[in-house]
Amino acid sequence: MVIAAFGLLAAAFFRTQILQHERFRLRAAYNRLRPVPRAAARGTIFDRTGQVIAETVPGFSVALLAANEDSLRRALVELGRLVPLDSGLADVVVERFRLARYQPALVVSSASFEQVSRLEEHRVELPGLVIQSEPRRVYPAGKAVAHLVGYVGEVTQSDIDEERYPGSRPGTLVGRAGLEEEYDDSLRGVPGIRYIEVDARGRLVREEGAAPPLPPIPGRPLVTTIDLPLQRYIDSIWPAGVRGAMVAMTPAGEIRAFYSTPAYDPNMFIGGISVEQWQALNRDPALPLLDRALQVRYPPASPFKLAIASMALRRGIVDFGSHMPEPCRGGIQFGNRYFRCWKQGGHGSLDLTSAIAQSCDVYFYQLGLRLGLSAILQDGVLMGFRDKSGLDLGSEVNPIFPSSTAYYDRVYGPRNWSSAVTLNLAIGQGENTQTLINMMRFYQALADGGTSTAPYLVRPGESRARDLGLTPAQLAGIRRALVAVVERGTAASIRQADLTVGGKTGTAQNPHGADHGWFIGFAPAEDPQIVIGGIMEFAKHGTVVAPYVVRALRRYVLGPENEGKEAPIRVVAPEDSAPRSAGTPAVPDTVLPDTVPPDSVP
Amino acid sequence: MGLDRPLILVSLLLTGFGLLAVYSAGQTDVPTVAAGLWVRQLVWAGIGVVLAIAVFRISPRLLEWSAPAVYGLSILILVITLVVGRGAGTAASSKSWIVIGGHAVGQPSELAKVAVALMLARYLSTRRDAPMSLRELMVPCLIAGVPFLLVLKQPDLGSSLVFVGILFAMLFWASVRLPLLFLLASPGVSLLLAFSPRIWGLYMVGLFVLLAIWRLYIYESIAVYLLNSVMGAIALPVWRRLAPYQQNRLLTFLNPEVDPQKAGYHAIQSKVAIGSGGWLGNGFLQGPQKRLAFLPAQHTDFIFSVVGEELGFLGVLLALILFLVLFLALLRIARRATESFSSLLVFGLLGLLFTHVFENVGMTVNLLPITGIPLPFFSYGGSFLLITALIIGLALRVAWDSRLSGYIEM
Repeated sequence: MVIAAFGLLAAAFFRTQILQHERFRLRAAYNRLRPVPRAAARGTIFDRTGQVIAETVPGFSVALLAANEDSLRRALVELGRLVPLDSGLADVVVERFRLARYQPALVVSSASFEQVSRLEEHRVELPGLVIQSEPRRVYPAGKAVAHLVGYVGEVTQSDIDEERYPGSRPGTLVGRAGLEEEYDDSLRGVPGIRYIEVDARGRLVREEGAAPPLPPIPGRPLVTTIDLPLQRYIDSIWPAGVRGAMVAMTPAGEIRAFYSTPAYDPNMFIGGISVEQWQALNRDPALPLLDRALQVRYPPASPFKLAIASMALRRGIVDFGSHMPEPCRGGIQFGNRYFRCWKQGGHGSLDLTSAIAQSCDVYFYQLGLRLGLSAILQDGVLMGFRDKSGLDLGSEVNPIFPSSTAYYDRVYGPRNWSSAVTLNLAIGQGENTQTLINMMRFYQALADGGTSTAPYLVRPGESRARDLGLTPAQLAGIRRALVAVVERGTAASIRQADLTVGGKTGTAQNPHGADHGWFIGFAPAEDPQIVIGGIMEFAKHGTVVAPYVVRALRRYVLGPENEGKEAPIRVVAPEDSAPRSAGTPAVPDTVLPDTVPPDSVP
Repeated sequence: MGLDRPLILVSLLLTGFGLLAVYSAGQTDVPTVAAGLWVRQLVWAGIGVVLAIAVFRISPRLLEWSAPAVYGLSILILVITLVVGRGAGTAASSKSWIVIGGHAVGQPSELAKVAVALMLARYLSTRRDAPMSLRELMVPCLIAGVPFLLVLKQPDLGSSLVFVGILFAMLFWASVRLPLLFLLASPGVSLLLAFSPRIWGLYMVGLFVLLAIWRLYIYESIAVYLLNSVMGAIALPVWRRLAPYQQNRLLTFLNPEVDPQKAGYHAIQSKVAIGSGGWLGNGFLQGPQKRLAFLPAQHTDFIFSVVGEELGFLGVLLALILFLVLFLALLRIARRATESFSSLLVFGLLGLLFTHVFENVGMTVNLLPITGIPLPFFSYGGSFLLITALIIGLALRVAWDSRLSGYIEM
């Protein structure tokens, strides 16, 4: 019986130690080893010449390993005596702890060398302290590239639940805007794991060599089409306190500069932005988180007259020498309303080229009526004014442009609107709001043979090619007209002796304050290398914007050595301020993303 | 040549093995109370050798004569312990320690185990024939039953079960027929099975058939059957009266994962430690479960888990073989003893040690519920080591006395 009992015992041990060995070996390892994620260095973002837009440098993170929430809070108090901690941080850390109990909870993701050395001195008092080198993101150009590059932040639980960033884990930094978000997958890399050994109470026993680590795989570098010196230059010349955006792109669609202001400093997000800072950014009435080149729709104003002209040329309604029946006498009577030209004295009878150069409203009212509303809407849709530009940044908003007259029936009622809407559309007002980037794509086509592909920073996004349907002769004529704008027209103030610039000013009606100013131009006009467009909110006139665009054009085409040699800027008032329209409700100017339902007419 | 050399050898080997285990149990990355205890255990072992030699010089006749006094004294101490006893060590919640002047002097239940063996040996050896009926088993049952209940009251379920082990071992050795032993045990079996009504029903039917076949005294048969029925009926009320920690231990024995952080923690961590040992173990002193304090009571109740973790299956096997050799040596002494008191006594003590080994080792590998009783030779603790030494010394004396009776020739 004794032998039988011993046989039973031996069998039990055999079962546990030999047959189930692997299971218990893993269980024992799971007991004592705690995985600590090692962040992968995010890929560097370069401009087209290899200058750094965003890079990753060595830094330190401080984390705490705790057995339960109480001991974690005690350790945080202890830690707070050594390094200053944010007041709300304790709750954030406890939340991180709840998400992954057996991993060290991140406290400071980017600690200074002084903080780290002080903590190392007091290591004995903090048994759960885990300090490890943590790659740190740096944006050398700071605010100048904010909307271009975006920023990074810790992935949230809802991100993980919705698998918005596949492969990310609590604590992983992911791109939150701009390039960082768009190309997060390739920039992020794969985090590694190292193991630390803990005792039964969760106290750290051994940091190194407990088990072989899994090294992180760094993210891939990203080479963009950006010209960082140009981007910085635009930032440096931009007038302080003015809101707006400026984008530079080659006729082939490569973005050379992508600037929006006011901006935030993306470096501020490194190591976790404080609640106060984040709220300040969100509550700032200037909306620094808003990308004004992509996420804000403005009335396209006078730059849209080129779209009307293109439609008319393409349909054979006019040529460059055509005059309209009514000469400009400062306005035109239509039905029971009088539509003004921006120039009260009138322009007289103009041909198309001069009408473009002078931005004559009366000419384009009549041209719009000749085209007819249906044709304008049909061609506008064809030219892409209802589509996103397709830039490879996900946050672009749709422009607003009616797809057919049914839109007006729906908004105003079938009989409650008149052809007056056509007049408004003809001068770029009315039910038509465009993002800067989408207008840029139209001018890109004008500068590059009448067709355009989607603009891009790294790779062209998905967007159909657009064809304006103009003959080379017509395109040449349009470019001549745009040069005339600068040579003798509304933008004559910016005429340059050493560079032929073509472009179009615009003044967008703004019911909330001073009008917004547009200027989209290209240079050199004979063989455009670059198209640059700018919009300034509350600038009153397009001619205010033009000098900045021209300086950027000079900088790009002529190089930095010719800086400061531009012709002095003369302001020739009055500019082509848009006439106030009375009948149609104004379209909101600064349109926040997701606040205005997109035009849903089929 | 009257000294039982195999017994001496295996005892010394086990003592050495045990000391190494206690030493290892103290070697942790996280300081625990066990750190320097191996020195004290070494001292206890030395005292134990002296005690064994002293006991060797005592005649079994003297023991037989003093048995009622020793038994009475130990019962008295148990009663006193119930009143003034303290918890200590791994049995912190039960009143199992006698404390004098602030020092925990010892666990009286250990002495009572030996006293019961002495008393039973004396009682059974004075009878001409083996008990033939349950009525005749009344006295032995009382002898073991009184300390059983007193210890159960402490409460110390593990130790109290040792009295049952001793009782059955000695009744068996006294040639009590197996059916009788079974009937004696049947109320306990009934108590356990009562938690599953269907199995209990089958059992009661089977019991009826067995009673009919064995044809025992009719009244006793009826009494046994009635007792089984009563046990089945009171099982659940008794269960509710058990202390929560006792309930938990039994429940977590059935499924340790029910409550892995609390009640099942010991069972799981012990099994993890043993399971992670594999064939050869993690190496002496190198067990991570022990080093990092995942293993509870690693120097006392769960010291065998340290052996399993660090020395693997082969180490466990070695320890079990040593125990087996020890029991076979004791068995041989019991068989060759010249008079029945000595024979019964040695076999009873064998039962005592065996119950300890089986209960303790079985618990570490989760074969049995967790009961905090020490593993002979291994677990740290003075009183039980001295009891073990006493048993070895006594067995050696019995072997010595029977040296002229053909014991040597076998």
